[in-house]
Parts: sequence; structure tokens; C-alpha cells
Amino acid sequence: MASSDVKVLGAGPSPYVNRVQIALNLKSVDYEFLEEKFGSKSELLLKSNPVHKKIPVMIHGGKPICESLIIVQYIDEVWTDGPSILPSDPYDRAMARFWAAYVDDKWWPTLRGLRSAEGEEAKAAALEQVKEGMVLLEDAFTKCGKGKDFFGGDTIGYLDIAFGSFLGWVRTTEKMADIKLIDEAKTPGLFGWAERFGSNAAVKDVIPETDKLVELVKMMAAKPKA
Amino acid sequence: MADDLKVFRTWSSPFALRIIWALQLKGLEYETIFEDLSQKSPLLLQYNPTYKKVPVLVHNGKPISESLVILEYIEETWNQNPLLPEDPYERAKARFWAKFVDEKLLQSVIDVLVTEGNKQEEAVPRAKENLKYIEEELKGNKFFGGATIGFTDIALGWTARWLPIIEEVTGIKLIEADTFPRISEWMQNFCDVPVIKANWPPYDKMVTKVQGTREKCLAPKGTN
Repeated sequence: MASSDVKVLGAGPSPYVNRVQIALNLKSVDYEFLEEKFGSKSELLLKSNPVHKKIPVMIHGGKPICESLIIVQYIDEVWTDGPSILPSDPYDRAMARFWAAYVDDKWWPTLRGLRSAEGEEAKAAALEQVKEGMVLLEDAFTKCGKGKDFFGGDTIGYLDIAFGSFLGWVRTTEKMADIKLIDEAKTPGLFGWAERFGSNAAVKDVIPETDKLVELVKMMAAKPKA
Repeated sequence: MADDLKVFRTWSSPFALRIIWALQLKGLEYETIFEDLSQKSPLLLQYNPTYKKVPVLVHNGKPISESLVILEYIEETWNQNPLLPEDPYERAKARFWAKFVDEKLLQSVIDVLVTEGNKQEEAVPRAKENLKYIEEELKGNKFFGGATIGFTDIALGWTARWLPIIEEVTGIKLIEADTFPRISEWMQNFCDVPVIKANWPPYDKMVTKVQGTREKCLAPKGTN
């Protein structure tokens, strides 16, 4: 089968890149993965994303699309044969977009804050913030999922991809800090969802193994500061 | 059943203006609720518990928050006068630039307003660099949306009024007609659009507010 002329510029450990991969997998679209080396930016990346110079970039028929969630929407709009990624109802779409933006703008920074917090007090405060976010997302799961397997309902959708792409890093943080962020008792919806999302065919080979991410974190921490 | 539309806004919020513009461009009727952010109404807190901010659009009792999310909702619910192009690649570009406005341009412009001395000297070229991307992207078009204003124009629209005010308050020229000819022309064309012209908050009131913001940020921090 001919390649669909889709290239993805990215790196395995990036949740933003993972989003694009998951979306393409859901649509059964073949793509060429061009791995960016850590610490350097290829000519192609700089040419394709001159404004931000960041991954992921998807190049479709020679045209670059940037920003992970914008790419996911593009994928949904181009490949209409596969399962829909965004819900069909405009209000449900708005909720999916709202919470995806929340994940990026508010929740992820709290997780990063937790990983970089130094000292018991700072760590406790940072953890509190992450947990507050998890409660909100548990509530969003109930409202958006409406009792089904995923935020998107019966199948993986936009918000599943937006939030689920961070699961590798959530697990890594849990392991390294010896804490539970997705708690079976406190966030039962998310707990079940995380298992189902992580084991889904479109996802399981995309999100890096927790052990690999832990190694990566240790390696990066060991690098002498420039 | 007639649609029941409410917009929660403040008189000065540029984000709320986006919603007003979109609703009016689509010819939609709505009720406006002006909020005093120092005393948020119980309804606002109920409709936007996550951020407690404006704008919020309430459609038949269901609230939507975050201006770009609201814009997409309006676009998808009412098809007249489309704000986004049909082609997926062009849509992706429109979304990209709207996001750029909110995540990069906005802060870089605010940085010029709320700093002075060396900090401000460093902030100005950063803001101009971001404006340059916009200048380049305008290419030969009257608007980002083509012949009529669209999603990106609406996202960028606040600059047409706020940038000249920031220039007046700081004494720093950000948009020179010879270095930013396309943006300059875009601003004029944008301001000529009837829906835009009809909805700017009062100019003097805005200058006072922007001035106040600058003074508040520059005020020496209280010492303990």
C-alpha cells in the first residue's frame, strides 16, 4: 500500500508527539517517523516550524502542520473514514477542547512543578496542586465519558489523546516520587480509563515504557548544567 | 425554540470582545451580563468554576468558557458567515495563528507595557519579532480570513485598538507604518468593519485602564 505521504517530526518521549502518533494510528494512517535528536534541531524542523522550532510537526503532502492539538484536529478533518476523534455534538466538542486546553495550560505545569520542586514543603504544595487537577479531570471524565470507557465515549477521542499522552510521565512521576496520582479509590474513573487507554492498540506502542522514561530523567539530571 | 444566548463579559476584556464580534457577525441575538471581577457574580462562578473568568457564553443554559473554545463552538453551531475556511490545512493555519496570538504575542506586548528601563528595552524587540511573524503571514490579503474577517482576525483583533493605546501610554512605537505596512493596513481595514467599529469600549476609559495597569505593575513592592 502506498505511503500516504505523511511524515512526523518528533521524539519518542514527547507526549505532544505521542498525541499525533496516536491520532494517526486511530485512523490507520501510515507515516514516516523522523526522529529528532535530543539537543539539536534538524534543518527540516527549523524550516517546517520556523515560528516555534518545536516538535511535533506533521508534514502532509509537503505541507507542515504544527502544534499537537491542532495537528490532531487536522488529522480528524482529513481522514474522515476512520473513527471520529472529536465528538459530533458541538457542545461535547467544546467540552473536549476546554479540558484539553486545561490539561496543557494548567494541569501539565503543575506536574512539571511537582517534578522540579525542592524541599518537603514545596513538594507537598506541588503535589496538592496536581491532585486538585486530578479531581477536576475525574469530574470531567464522568461528565464527558457519560459512563463509557473513554472521555470520548466508546472510542478514544480528543480529550483521551490530550490527557492520555501524559500517562507515561504520570507513571514516571509516581514511580520516582513514590506517590499515587491516579488513585483507584480517589479517582476510580481515571484509574480504569488509564488502564484501558494505555492498553489500546493505537496507544500501547506509542507511549514509552515507564522504566525507559525513568532512565531518561536520570540521564538528563546527570548531565552537567551548561 | 429560539436560542437563549448570554455572554458574561467585562466592559474592557479583549477576550470577551471576540465573542461579541463573532455573535454579531453571525447575526445572533444575545443578552449581555457585565461582571465586576472584584465581585464575581454567583452565576459566573457557577458557569466557570475552573477559571472564574470572562468571557463565558451560555447557550440554552449550557456554559462554555475560554474564548477560542467559544469561537469554535459558535462556528460549529451556526453556519452563516463562516469564520473558519473549509480546507483542513487552512483551518489548521487559522488555529495556529490564533494560538500564537494568545501564547506568544499577547505576553510579549504585555511585557512592554508593564516594564521600564532595561527590562522594557529587552521586551520591545521580542514583541516586534512576534509582530513580524504576523506581518509576514498577512501576505497579500486584506484579512487573514481573505476578503472578510475570520477566526485569526478575531483572535488578533484586540491589537487594532490596544496596541495604539499601549504605544500612547508607554511612548514606545511598536507598529511603524514603514516596518509593518501590512499590519498597519490590516488594522485600518479591521477597524472599518461595522461590527468592530460598533463595539470598541470607550477610548479614554481604556487609556486610563491601561495606564493604571502599567502603574500598578511598576509600583514598588511593599516592604515588610
